[in-house]
Amino acid sequence: MNMLDLVIALPAIGFLIALLIPRAMDNFIRLFALGFSLLTFVVSLTLVMGFQQGAAGQQFVTNVVWIQNPEIHYHVGIDGLSLWLIILSTFLTPIAILLSWNAIQDRAKEYFAFLLLLEFGLVGVFAAWDLFLFYVFWEVVLVPMYFLIGIWGHDRRIYAAVKFFLYTMAGSVLMLAAIIFLYTQAGTFDYASILDQFSTGKIVLTHLQETLLFLAFFLAFAIKVPLFPLHTWLPDAHVEAPTAGSLMLASVMLKMGTYGLVRFCLPMFPTAARENAPWIVILAIIGIVYGALVAMVQPNMKKLVAYSSVSHLGFVVLGIFTFTQAGLDGAVYQMLNHGISTGALFLLVGFLYERRHSLEISSYGGVATAAPWLSILFLITTLASIGLPTLNNFVGEFLVLQGAAQANFTWAVFASLGVILSACYMLWMYQRVFFGELSEEVKHHMPELSLREWACAVPLIFMMLWMGMYSQSFIPIVSEQNAKILHQGKMSSPVRAMAAVQGVNNAR
Amino acid sequence: MYKLWLIPALPFIGFLINGIIGRKLPKAVTNLVAVGSVVLAFLWVLFVGNQSNWGATPLHAHYFTWIKSGAVNVGWDYWVDKLTMIMLMVVTGIGSLIHIYATGYMEHEEGYYRFFAYLNLFMFFMLNLVLAGNYLILFVGWEGVGLCSYLLIGFYFVKKSATTAGNKAFIVNRIGDFGFSLAMFLMFTTFGSLNFAKVFAAAPGKPEGILTAIAFLMLLGATGKSAQIPLYVWLPDAMEGPTPVSALIHAATMVTAGVYMCSRSSVIFLHAPMAMEAVALVGLATAVFAATIGLTQYDIKKVFAYSTVSQLGYMFLGVGVGAFSAGVWHLMTHAFFKALLFLGAGSVIHACHGEQDMRHMGGLRKYAPKTMAVLACASLAIAGFPGTSGFFSKDAILTAAYGHAPWMFWVGVVTAGMTAFYVWRAFWMTFWGEYKGHGHPHESPWSMLGPLVVLAILSLFGGVLFNVPKILEGMFPPLHEVEGEGMLMGISIAAGLLGIALSYYMYVVNTELPAKITAALGGLYRLVYDKYRVDEAYDAAVVTPLIEGSKAVLWHGVDQGVIDGAVNGVGYQARGIGGILKLIQSGNIRSYATWIAVGAVALLLALGAGGGVK
Amino acid sequence: MDPSQALEMLKNGVPTSWYLTLSALLFSIGVAGFMIRRNIITVFMCIELMLNAVNLSFIAFAHQHKQVSGHLFTFFVMVVAAAEAAVGLAIILTVFKNRSTLNIDEINTLKN
Repeated sequence: MNMLDLVIALPAIGFLIALLIPRAMDNFIRLFALGFSLLTFVVSLTLVMGFQQGAAGQQFVTNVVWIQNPEIHYHVGIDGLSLWLIILSTFLTPIAILLSWNAIQDRAKEYFAFLLLLEFGLVGVFAAWDLFLFYVFWEVVLVPMYFLIGIWGHDRRIYAAVKFFLYTMAGSVLMLAAIIFLYTQAGTFDYASILDQFSTGKIVLTHLQETLLFLAFFLAFAIKVPLFPLHTWLPDAHVEAPTAGSLMLASVMLKMGTYGLVRFCLPMFPTAARENAPWIVILAIIGIVYGALVAMVQPNMKKLVAYSSVSHLGFVVLGIFTFTQAGLDGAVYQMLNHGISTGALFLLVGFLYERRHSLEISSYGGVATAAPWLSILFLITTLASIGLPTLNNFVGEFLVLQGAAQANFTWAVFASLGVILSACYMLWMYQRVFFGELSEEVKHHMPELSLREWACAVPLIFMMLWMGMYSQSFIPIVSEQNAKILHQGKMSSPVRAMAAVQGVNNAR
Repeated sequence: MYKLWLIPALPFIGFLINGIIGRKLPKAVTNLVAVGSVVLAFLWVLFVGNQSNWGATPLHAHYFTWIKSGAVNVGWDYWVDKLTMIMLMVVTGIGSLIHIYATGYMEHEEGYYRFFAYLNLFMFFMLNLVLAGNYLILFVGWEGVGLCSYLLIGFYFVKKSATTAGNKAFIVNRIGDFGFSLAMFLMFTTFGSLNFAKVFAAAPGKPEGILTAIAFLMLLGATGKSAQIPLYVWLPDAMEGPTPVSALIHAATMVTAGVYMCSRSSVIFLHAPMAMEAVALVGLATAVFAATIGLTQYDIKKVFAYSTVSQLGYMFLGVGVGAFSAGVWHLMTHAFFKALLFLGAGSVIHACHGEQDMRHMGGLRKYAPKTMAVLACASLAIAGFPGTSGFFSKDAILTAAYGHAPWMFWVGVVTAGMTAFYVWRAFWMTFWGEYKGHGHPHESPWSMLGPLVVLAILSLFGGVLFNVPKILEGMFPPLHEVEGEGMLMGISIAAGLLGIALSYYMYVVNTELPAKITAALGGLYRLVYDKYRVDEAYDAAVVTPLIEGSKAVLWHGVDQGVIDGAVNGVGYQARGIGGILKLIQSGNIRSYATWIAVGAVALLLALGAGGGVK
Repeated sequence: MDPSQALEMLKNGVPTSWYLTLSALLFSIGVAGFMIRRNIITVFMCIELMLNAVNLSFIAFAHQHKQVSGHLFTFFVMVVAAAEAAVGLAIILTVFKNRSTLNIDEINTLKN
């Protein structure tokens, strides 16, 4: 039992205890959930403290048999890729709980319990080193989110929840099939062992098999990202979800997809990944521009932010499939950045919604007069989102585009269009919501930020500045891990090609 | 060593103080913080300059690694040489004067602290821009000043036109930044670094094609920030901001960043002759084009705005024909007299209780003689009156242009004549004749007039005091000697004087004449008066199709129609198939039995047909 | 097949195929009755008929292979059939008391 196990277990324990608390003790449940998630966050920080930069392989490993036959391990560990994503999950959960404090009055117990369950699943996804375990956590995440949207959402919540669920299931079923196929080849679900068998040539896949497996994994992750044209579940899910749901969905859950791409698709199927990169990159670039253009004409704030996510996540996918150090580092960094800045956008949109009970841009105007501090925080977040230097997104976007330029300059040209368009849609929204004459309806419903709201927003703003000004706190360990992935991909391809030739000879 | 970081840090501290607790501070403290921080920065610049021989031996400072990933390694680097020193002096010096002026000008405005917070933030980013030791830090400043420009243009955020102008400025600049960032990407893939020293050292050996591409992309960036064709459209609208902002950001400092960047990158441009030619052509075209619009405008700030666009064109012309130091010289003198023009205009507007239309002014020489005196200095300087600052720099550019291509000189001279005409037209319309506005005009307080006097002195004698080509000797290729320099000088002086004289005749002596000319020109005049309807053309060609297309085709068409249609279609199909299959599950045992029997028989038949079980 | 041949065959015992044919015939009659008839009692008896047809083939195979397991299964089936008859008839009686009909098509309240 190490600290990582504790980080995984704490939310689950919290979830179970929360279920036992009587329904009448509403406020206690809130406090309990907040306390537990804060505790988890503090414990997760020890992972950062104890993380050894430069050490080979995963750290904080626990590997015990979970199911005897077929042999499935509870194998968890972290490396430079997963560390920050776990911290992101534990960092945002308390914020999600705190921001729902007053908004959720109906069935509060289940709501906060589900948020803890969600955290459990998310941390598990990023920590799992057994493919089956990964799949289990992947599906665990789905359940609380389904209910968060379906029970506490807005008017069309059932449609959105079902759409969300089916979309994701459609992909993950293929991934399950691929995982089982890998099991039949490798005789184990253990990811480290599978990778090892790949690199030593113990598993030999035909070209077709590798491509199909890659596509099965890729599709599951691409839906989650979501990559154009698989994105239509996202706007619906975001618009209907409660604020905390949107926050967790955008900030962390989408990263499951991009994380999967880096964690599984690239190391296991480097050849297929490189072969398929051209059309994936084209889809990513279409996503960047398309998401931005569609965001520009949205009348609904949450939909606008949702489409902007499609655009931002396009950058991440682009960075991953440039196969350059800068691109990959930028992509991973951009995952974190998007988590912080889009999370903050949803948070602030949620604040507006709690005041005015509308998500339509047209029902606002002049908010800057009524609530200047809210406007300033929103402005900083907007600027972060459109990639202003010194704020977080710029660093990620710069690296991604730099990587793209190294791989193929045309990619950088088209992807950079997204940067222009992001300014258009965000600033137009900002203008229509915050500037202009203050109307009577808005005036009476627009108090300044409360202490609780400050407590939600300030950590995010702080992170935007920190990550924008001093990326060296975060990037080196990511960079180290990515260098390994790129190195593996390059090294293992010839080895595997040779092994494949031998395999063919043996068969004769 | 010299604590270069202190220069931008001082205004930044001012920004933090005024931005966070400014609302609770008394005005005097806000003033002290805002003005003090900039003045201290100016003094520190003087100190650093004095200690380091004014940048003769470049200073270099590396503070921390900002972005590092693989080969990409960008530090927070500062770099001070003679060019930086000039820019630092201009930015902090003019910045201090305008801050002082603004304490008077903005005294009765709401959001006083907010204004100064933004202004200090602007100083921070602008100083970063000029201090930068690599292109990415320059880009930080570049985007940062764009942000402050956005905030300050939209300072009166209740006014829709102001916030729209702010958005326009930001977005048009973003198009320029698109070029700039692509230039950086290409630069990094070519040189493996964004450091000035490394890039400039490696540039001469690289293929001309790539250098030309980089230079063109940088030019796109510069046209955005420095308001050149085709991206100049944001600057006239930017006059929605308070006047000190127009003076500081949209005349003296920020808009010259493009000129600074091109001069800074002179090594790259010099190895890309095609791009140089493009810079010169863009500059010249903008100079003429904006000057013609300036002839027809009635809003005093719009006149000066187009004049700024036109003068920036001059600077680009200088850079493009290889006279980098002349371009920088004009940058500096322009900062003096254009800041003065705007501040003077602000003083006039202040005097006329917020009126900006020159047709409702007039006769102000009786009410605001001091303002008139300083504005006269600025107007002489911009008209290139011999001995004034503008004369030297403009003459240097025009002479160099003649050396490059004589026709450029002649176009430049015509533009100079137009410049003199429209500036003096504004002067006569404001100060001569009878007062046609409302209320009683009044002279401005000394907090406003003081900086104007300093600027007036600089406008008159700045050219003599600071001989920029001499200071920058050795940094750029020397200016070519041109035959008959004296005659060229005479021609440009004559053009300026002619412009002044003509305006005097048309707006003082024979005031009916303008109306007659206008009537005679008819449609052509309307076209120029409507700024050639470029905004409308951009709207129709780019903005509207983009928005309508996104709405109708992408959102409703592709997203909701095709993709969601397909997804929902799959859902309905699944339901339909389920509906058919559901009929089998009747719940009637005997029908199940029938199916089983039928199945069994079918199985037996199949077995029989297949030859039975072996 | 002429009588002398048939007599010759009978001397060696009745061939298994005859039993199987009879079993198949009985089973088919049972199936047909199950599907066609509406009266529960008749349906019920058809089920018994099918069971006994199966029993017959069990016994026939047991005889042919000289194995006892066929008998064993037959006993199982008979026991189950007896239990089924007991429970089934009781249910039918109750249904008739409540509904005063034995038409299967009318007893479908579980559906929907």
